[in-house]
Amino acid sequence: MSETVTASEAPRENYLNRDHSVASWLLTRDHKRIAILYLIGISIFFALGGLMAVLIRAELATPQGDLFPADVYNRLFTMHGILMIFFFLIPSIPAVLGNFLIPLMVGAKDLAFPRINLLSWYLYMVGASFTFVSMLWGGIDTGWTFYTPLSTTFATGQVLLTAVGIFIAGFSSILTGLNFIVTIHRMRAPGLTWFRLPLFVWAHYATSIIQVLGTPVIAITILLVGAERLFHIGVFDPKYGGDPVLFQHLFWFYSHPAVYIMILPAMGVISELVTCFSRKKIFGYHFIALSSLAIAVLGFLVWGHHLFISGQSVVAGTIFSFLSMFVAVPSAVKVFNWTATLYKGSVSLETPMLYALGFIGVFLIGGLTGVMLATLGIDIHVHDTYFIVAHFHYVMVGSAIMGYLGGMHFWWPKITGRLYPAFISKVAAVVVFIGFNVTFLPQFILGYLGMPRRYHTYAPEFQTWNVMSSAGATVLGIGYLLPVLYLLWSLKYGEKAPANPWHATGLEWQTASPPPLENFEVTPVVTEDPYSYPDGTLRPKEVPVGV
Amino acid sequence: MASEPKAAPLAHHFDSYLQQKESASLGMWLFLGQEIMFFGGLFLAYTVYRWRYASAFAAASNDLDLRLGLLNTVVLIGSSLTIALAVRSAHLGKRKDLVGFLLATLALGGVFLGVKSIEYAQKFAHHLVPGPHFRFEGADPTQAQMFFTLYFFMTGLHALHMIVGMAILVWMLRPAAQGRWTPDNHNFVEGFGLYWHFVDIIWIFLFPLLYLIGRHHGA
Repeated sequence: MSETVTASEAPRENYLNRDHSVASWLLTRDHKRIAILYLIGISIFFALGGLMAVLIRAELATPQGDLFPADVYNRLFTMHGILMIFFFLIPSIPAVLGNFLIPLMVGAKDLAFPRINLLSWYLYMVGASFTFVSMLWGGIDTGWTFYTPLSTTFATGQVLLTAVGIFIAGFSSILTGLNFIVTIHRMRAPGLTWFRLPLFVWAHYATSIIQVLGTPVIAITILLVGAERLFHIGVFDPKYGGDPVLFQHLFWFYSHPAVYIMILPAMGVISELVTCFSRKKIFGYHFIALSSLAIAVLGFLVWGHHLFISGQSVVAGTIFSFLSMFVAVPSAVKVFNWTATLYKGSVSLETPMLYALGFIGVFLIGGLTGVMLATLGIDIHVHDTYFIVAHFHYVMVGSAIMGYLGGMHFWWPKITGRLYPAFISKVAAVVVFIGFNVTFLPQFILGYLGMPRRYHTYAPEFQTWNVMSSAGATVLGIGYLLPVLYLLWSLKYGEKAPANPWHATGLEWQTASPPPLENFEVTPVVTEDPYSYPDGTLRPKEVPVGV
Repeated sequence: MASEPKAAPLAHHFDSYLQQKESASLGMWLFLGQEIMFFGGLFLAYTVYRWRYASAFAAASNDLDLRLGLLNTVVLIGSSLTIALAVRSAHLGKRKDLVGFLLATLALGGVFLGVKSIEYAQKFAHHLVPGPHFRFEGADPTQAQMFFTLYFFMTGLHALHMIVGMAILVWMLRPAAQGRWTPDNHNFVEGFGLYWHFVDIIWIFLFPLLYLIGRHHGA
């Protein structure tokens, strides 16, 4: 235990040490503590979802269905998708990092509605519990997409219980988004104009718009599915004069923008990391800020590309195809601006920066295959194959997790007041990047060769690529395990963090690590633009050094 | 009634009453935005099926009780007036008026739900509730059943919002009487007023969409 306390870091009261009782955590209205509560919650569900991924990849190591019968396999990939999407990816960055950082970044004492923030966490936990219980009860086998009439009429599992869980968790997401929007509008410190906001905040603003406007649509859709299943009345079953394609429209009206709920916050994180570790003012600040809004708006107009083979009209398909390609423009704007920021910057490869660079690589592949899939002809060819699986894992899993882990490593000293070992964390970042690519690159090839998704057996000629993918998943699993270990270790044994270990700009670094209860001793006044790193200056002299 | 007013204090994380008020107001509007999207899914389903089953929808619409629907429309618009007056009373700091108008709103909401339950009971008696016992004399019972499915879903969800609103109204009576809401700080009353108007507006759309579509066909 190296307790080297410097003069500036004398023990002081902060949000973590001022009250240790259980009630002070479970009834807290402090956004920082609620962020920690979320961190614990989503970590549990990530681990569960990850466990299912392990079982899926184990089954797919051989062409025969030797571990599970088809029925169990269907439940595994369904619950993997539901846990990861609704209970990890969607809340991950906003509810943990966003919750912790947005009030700090805008110089506020808390989010605008602290009690609603706590309510969001409880809704999340209750929703997750419903889903978890439904899993123990046998789970569901409809795929995470709940397509009707499979979900309403034919599926035998706990569709209702899971649906209730997702319905409840949806309101957690809505309320978080609402809280962020109001906070960003009304709680900014003096001098903090819109175009002085960190890009992390811009990204969360755009995300919140999607959360508030998109999530209620899936909520009502789930309600209709539930009623159709429970009372045998409804609007989706042809037996009652309904139309299953209406379900797909309603479902994807939320679930496609939901991809941007997962990726936009990660893009916000990357904007912070790239500029900090290039020691250079970010290139094209306004473009990056507004491209987040553009993605949020365009994201609502592309859902039809999930219905290319569902009997949608050719005209609609063509329009959706064009719009889907168009959404690549603001995404590319971001990537080009990050790259331009790196150019002639004093780049230092600290752990968060490794994740940022990893993000750019992974997102590039995910995004470009997205443009391919927006093309009608190619999409119909690879529809329902592993190509799709690989694509969406690159975009919303790889990218979101790179952003999440990068952000976690960047702000961990601020959140916990502790530094983590530098070397092993860099190793872990590389392991995650390699593991991810070895897992999912072969799936592009498999999909292109014609291996369909959602089957527990496959033709023997696909085995080599599948073994490679399963081996990559093992590496990826180790890559995820390492941060859990050393970050937990750092809580007790890590060196104490200074207020600004990375010499970064931004209000959150101007207060102590960890911050005091109301974030700032005095409300900060902002007088300059964000990211005012003097171009080309030295790299951070003090970096977290291993203990 | 407590003699000493327990005015709601400024929350610790706000700098001024104005900031608190603006935050509450924006938050409420965003909440209503998500409510519109929530109901929006149903309105979309309604649009799709009305387009597809136009004549069956018109015929089924004639089985709704226009007089009761009209009565409820008037009642609900009346309750919008009383809640607006309640907000004004809070703004002027008139405690007794506030309590009175809240009670009036509560009463009108009760009338609405009472009339609604009479209508539901009639549908039940006439086998117009979707499900195995549904019976419809017209040309296309399946399509008419879709109308009634949407009718019950939309009015049911609306009624649920009324019930939640009335529960909040009941809760509001005590703090209103105790003088918790001052001219400086009555965001809760303002926010609730917005909510109540929203529920009212939903009905204003539901009434013509559900009750009036068959009328001009003379069916």
